[in-house]
Amino acid sequence: MIAEAGLAALWFAAALAALQLALAAVGVRRSLLSAPLSAGADAKKLPAQRFTGVEDVAVTDQLLSAVRPVAVVQGLLAGLALLLLMVVFVRSDMSVLLVASNSHSDKPLIYKIAGAWGNHEGSMLLWVTILGLAGGAVAVLEHRLQRTTLIATLGAQAMIALGFYAFLLFSSNPFARLNPAPADGNGLNPLLQDPGLAFHPPTLYIGYVGISVAFSFAVGALVTRDVGPAFARAMRPWVLGAWIFLTLGITAGSYWAYYELGWGGWWFWDPVENASLMPWLAATALLHSVTVLATRDGLRAWTVMLAVVAFSMSMIGTFLVRSGILTSVHAFAVDPKRGAFILVLLALYIGGALLLFAARVGTVRQGSTFEPVSREGALVANNLLLSVILGIVLIGTLYPIVAAGMGVQLSVGPPFFDKTAGPIALLLVAIMGAGPLMRWRRDNANAVLGRMTVPVAATGVTLAAFAALGGGMGILPLLGLSLAAGVGAASIAPLWKRDLRRTPLFTWGMVIAHLGIAVSLAGMASDSAFTQQTLVAARIGEPHRVGPFTVTLEHIRPVIGPNWSALEGTLTVRRGEAASFTLRPQSRFFASPPTVTSESAIATKLDGQLYTVLGQEDEQGRWQLRLWWKPFVTLIWLGGALIALGGALSLLGRVRRERRVAAREEEA
Amino acid sequence: MKAKHQRLTLALLAVAAVSGAALLALSALKDQAAFFYAPGDVRKDGLPIGRAVRLGGMVEAGSIAKLPDGISIRFIVTDGVAKVPVAFKGIVPDLFREKSGVVAEGSFNPDGSFTATNLLAKHDEKYMPPEIAGKMHETKSLEQ
Repeated sequence: MIAEAGLAALWFAAALAALQLALAAVGVRRSLLSAPLSAGADAKKLPAQRFTGVEDVAVTDQLLSAVRPVAVVQGLLAGLALLLLMVVFVRSDMSVLLVASNSHSDKPLIYKIAGAWGNHEGSMLLWVTILGLAGGAVAVLEHRLQRTTLIATLGAQAMIALGFYAFLLFSSNPFARLNPAPADGNGLNPLLQDPGLAFHPPTLYIGYVGISVAFSFAVGALVTRDVGPAFARAMRPWVLGAWIFLTLGITAGSYWAYYELGWGGWWFWDPVENASLMPWLAATALLHSVTVLATRDGLRAWTVMLAVVAFSMSMIGTFLVRSGILTSVHAFAVDPKRGAFILVLLALYIGGALLLFAARVGTVRQGSTFEPVSREGALVANNLLLSVILGIVLIGTLYPIVAAGMGVQLSVGPPFFDKTAGPIALLLVAIMGAGPLMRWRRDNANAVLGRMTVPVAATGVTLAAFAALGGGMGILPLLGLSLAAGVGAASIAPLWKRDLRRTPLFTWGMVIAHLGIAVSLAGMASDSAFTQQTLVAARIGEPHRVGPFTVTLEHIRPVIGPNWSALEGTLTVRRGEAASFTLRPQSRFFASPPTVTSESAIATKLDGQLYTVLGQEDEQGRWQLRLWWKPFVTLIWLGGALIALGGALSLLGRVRRERRVAAREEEA
Repeated sequence: MKAKHQRLTLALLAVAAVSGAALLALSALKDQAAFFYAPGDVRKDGLPIGRAVRLGGMVEAGSIAKLPDGISIRFIVTDGVAKVPVAFKGIVPDLFREKSGVVAEGSFNPDGSFTATNLLAKHDEKYMPPEIAGKMHETKSLEQ
């Protein structure tokens, strides 16, 4: 019964999405017909209330009051469907096909719940749920946008949702029954049985879907020719929110791959990783261009274009991961028919948006101009470089697929991306340091150079120090470390001589996010420059050295977990005179499906991580041990967390300022 | 600068940047076209000695030999056309075994053997990297 109720909720949600789209279409049409003068450039000079005229306000108000609850209920119904799917998973109802093929009654509760989205159908349901709830949130929270634009935005949102409902209902029904029901399920891929993976997909999906809201805003604004600073200010919090979650998702995903796969690397240029990096790059560019639009009324067409591109990237990401077209360490192969379905959706949405863009771009008039040496100039450079990196990653990710279509098998790996994207990323980081030290509109090149003295000196000193002492360091790590020092100094420079308590929250946000990039960069460079490793066949009781540590394998012992058994090594680790501590790497066996995984054991110290992996036993009773000492590797993810924190502070600061402005307007 | 001129400049800059990126990517991809090898390719393409490449195929039955140091192994990768001996020092992936798919990252030696720095194995019983499936098909049909 529960599964049927879930399916019914999905059908109702889909019907409401159709209704939402129809209402929005009618509303926008009537509103545009009765207010033909509402061309973008004039609209920005008039407050939203006055511009459509008295009569139309009544019409749009009525329609809005109809569309809003529809959007909310649609989101809630999708949420209900997901909730019911989770219930089915928790109860291990094996008569549901999805549960039988992806879950097992022995699984710990948290992975039963996470199992609901640890598969193709469930993750698509999660996608559409977040989309629906986000649409509901827009309907309730958004008051700054012009009314007609808001209706058009909700219509665009409903159109995206409809495609995904169709996808779920016609080709990926998560509630399909299985008859006869097996006694036990297949189990979840053990690599996915990890707390990181339980929360990773929802985080990334919130990011993807947040970008879809920005896309809907852009479509709405194109439909009503309302691209201007007010629109940018309304869109910015959504872009920021999506970007925060994408940042968190990528950071968490990187850390998961680092400890779970046991290779000791933090980024593999795997297509699935690229699928999340590409929307992030586009969203980062969008975040900066929307600021130019909101603050200085520049880059109008470019910003709208970026919103379309960013959404395309999140759709391409979904397509790549879910179509089974890729070879990936994540290996989520599903049937190609579904890939085709997503591809068609992709073509419809992106093609439609691009057509609309082409048709309306003429009406999006150019805003203010600026000088090359200015904050805007730096932001344009940032946008161009981000787009270039995005282009490179996109080509590198799609090229093998295109080549496969032409009958050539090849794979594109880290050497390609490191060589192409690496240097451009370093250039981008350098510009990132300079940008916040420039004034809006026009600045003096000499004055900017003056403000850059300390950061440039910091870069130079670090470069000289490491070149002298670092002996044989690679050029990229060397540049990375010195740039990190300079950019770190440049990031906090905007706070210089300011009253810190009076500094607006969003300035803090920018400072902390940029500092996070510097911190992350320092971690990456340090990891590639200073990592030491030892690989040994260890006898019990025999000490081995790695970096500043002495590691001794004490014994190997079997352990039993909820749905696995393992051989666990006990390692005693000493560092100089300090007290010893213990690490317990495991080799785990899962019965269903039959799999072996290595569980690394990691000790985190202030100056880095000791990473240990247990391998197999040989005929002489020796155990393979891999030991890594990775100085300051933790900075990579600490930086990621700082970037997200900076985003969150910015968001909070913007929302608070908007509130204050709104309150002041009400008083006046 | 007039608004119109500025827009034109920006558009030109954007076009230049993006085509620059495409050119950079494509020139780097030229090398990458020879990044993935199957044993059968070695005969027809010649060896890219010392360059980081991937070698993909099946681990030949009975070919895995453990060396006395306890951490090195040797095995043979085959695609039904040719065989390449591979040496690897490290912990093998959990699903590395005979008669199953493997992708070895590393470089060729002048004698035609391969030194792997990393091994990627299939993740479950059904999984075979499409690259390998495709390569085997391609090199086999070349032989016929």
